[in-house]
Amino acid sequence: MDCDQCHEREAVIHLTQIVDEQVTTLHLCERCAAEKGVESAATVGKTPLGGFLAAMGKGVTPQVAGIGGACPRCGATLQDFRESGRLGCPECYRSFEAPLRDLLRRLHGSTHHVGERYAEPGHEPAVEPVGDGRESLRQQLRLAVETENFELAAELRDRLRVLEP
Amino acid sequence: MIDLSLLTDGGVGWLDASGPQSHLVLSTRIRLARNLAGRVFQGRNSETEREQILQTVEEAARESVLLRRAVRFRLDRLDRNDRQLLHERHLVSKELAGLDPEGRVRSGAALLVQDRAGVMLNEEDHLRIQTLHSGFALDEAYADADRLDGELGGRLPFAFHAEFGYLTSCPTNVGTGLRASVLIHLPGLVLTKEISKVLQGLAQVGLTFRGLYGEGSEVVGNFFQLSNQTTLGKTEVELLDHLGKMVRQVIDYEERAREVLLRDAPAIIEDKVWRAYGLLRYARALSFDEAMNLLSGVRLGVGVGLIPGVGMYTLNRLLIHTQPAHLAVAETVAINDPELPIRRARYVRKVLEDEVERLR
Ligand SMILES: [Zn+2]
Ligand SMILES: [Zn+2]
Repeated sequence: MDCDQCHEREAVIHLTQIVDEQVTTLHLCERCAAEKGVESAATVGKTPLGGFLAAMGKGVTPQVAGIGGACPRCGATLQDFRESGRLGCPECYRSFEAPLRDLLRRLHGSTHHVGERYAEPGHEPAVEPVGDGRESLRQQLRLAVETENFELAAELRDRLRVLEP
Repeated sequence: MIDLSLLTDGGVGWLDASGPQSHLVLSTRIRLARNLAGRVFQGRNSETEREQILQTVEEAARESVLLRRAVRFRLDRLDRNDRQLLHERHLVSKELAGLDPEGRVRSGAALLVQDRAGVMLNEEDHLRIQTLHSGFALDEAYADADRLDGELGGRLPFAFHAEFGYLTSCPTNVGTGLRASVLIHLPGLVLTKEISKVLQGLAQVGLTFRGLYGEGSEVVGNFFQLSNQTTLGKTEVELLDHLGKMVRQVIDYEERAREVLLRDAPAIIEDKVWRAYGLLRYARALSFDEAMNLLSGVRLGVGVGLIPGVGMYTLNRLLIHTQPAHLAVAETVAINDPELPIRRARYVRKVLEDEVERLR
């Protein structure tokens, strides 16, 4: 859909207004919306990512991503993500973990999933009983650090962090 | 042409206006975004991979209870009219149906649907589990979606991260992958011009609104789809409770706005809703937008008891069947037929006449 203002760029902000007792929706591209001083709180973006993406990851060196900052699994780069607003694969969440965590905090006000936990087919639900679940994770973490299995350690730390109150 | 009669109630059981608060709330929808572990997301995958996803999920669906008898629509093998028909029935998103002007339908795009539950395949995420209920029924709709999620998740490896939860192609959906939306009719708030305030208030508490057809769609006929904006950091129950609480408040505001209108401007309101009825009953040509706005007026009139003898179910049916693809199919004409407005007016007259006859 074209922007109602400039008819050049893609409209990403859909602003609802009331004119003569009729609800009308104005479709604006990001630039025209900014010129009109439209704040995102009062609008619905096609993707609410907008400005977040532009600023995201600047000056951050991806820690896990390989050469050129590409996800080793799918080859997507942070630049790809900035342009499309879509990640390439589940692994991207690890490849770009640091900048993504930052983005998630701004988008959702949190980085920690606290909802239902997925149980892989044939496994018990991944719900870990608080208490001994955490203790067992801590043990595994100690072991992982001792054996210098840092990748596993990082994951275990993440999982522990989720469980910490 | 596709045969929608294969679906229970043609896939529009939610139109029956049987659910709670159905004079204001048309429907409640739950969507859970899921992706298969070890596979790249839709934006980077190939035709072959999308085909594999389709087959894998179909296999799992056949073993499930909720989708065992599912009807399958391969959007990529349907012509534009049929795809639009499914979209107008709120069964598939605009994106999956490839209805954007520059959009093309993606290979592997499909829908499995049985009763009130379904799954869109090869949408922005590999799976979009969805349920649609009549009226304001967040708990019931979520219970169904959760059950289907469990059934499919027990057979398919979903991409899940210990910290981030369910992984989605777009980070706005990560975590629970849950989007709960309530399609609500708010003419009172529009007429009293309080709607902007209400919508801004909702934005401040993490909710968002869309038009009749979901993402990126315009508001027509004073129908608003209210839904949660964030998906991470709160449990499913918390997200649903929060939305539910806010919707109840909006319902409250709407009821109050209607009271104010009836108290302060009864003659104007009465004239307005009867004018809408009169036009629908006798007009000889109606554009879709005009029909929607008039239906909104009549719906308000019926809701506040000014217009007797018109059922909500009838109004819901009109809402669906006056849409371009529906009308074109029913009248066996092209969707861009120049006489569509005339045909629409004739159809509306007929339905309203039948309604009068029925109650005689
Ligand atoms: Zn513009
Ligand atoms: Zn990747």
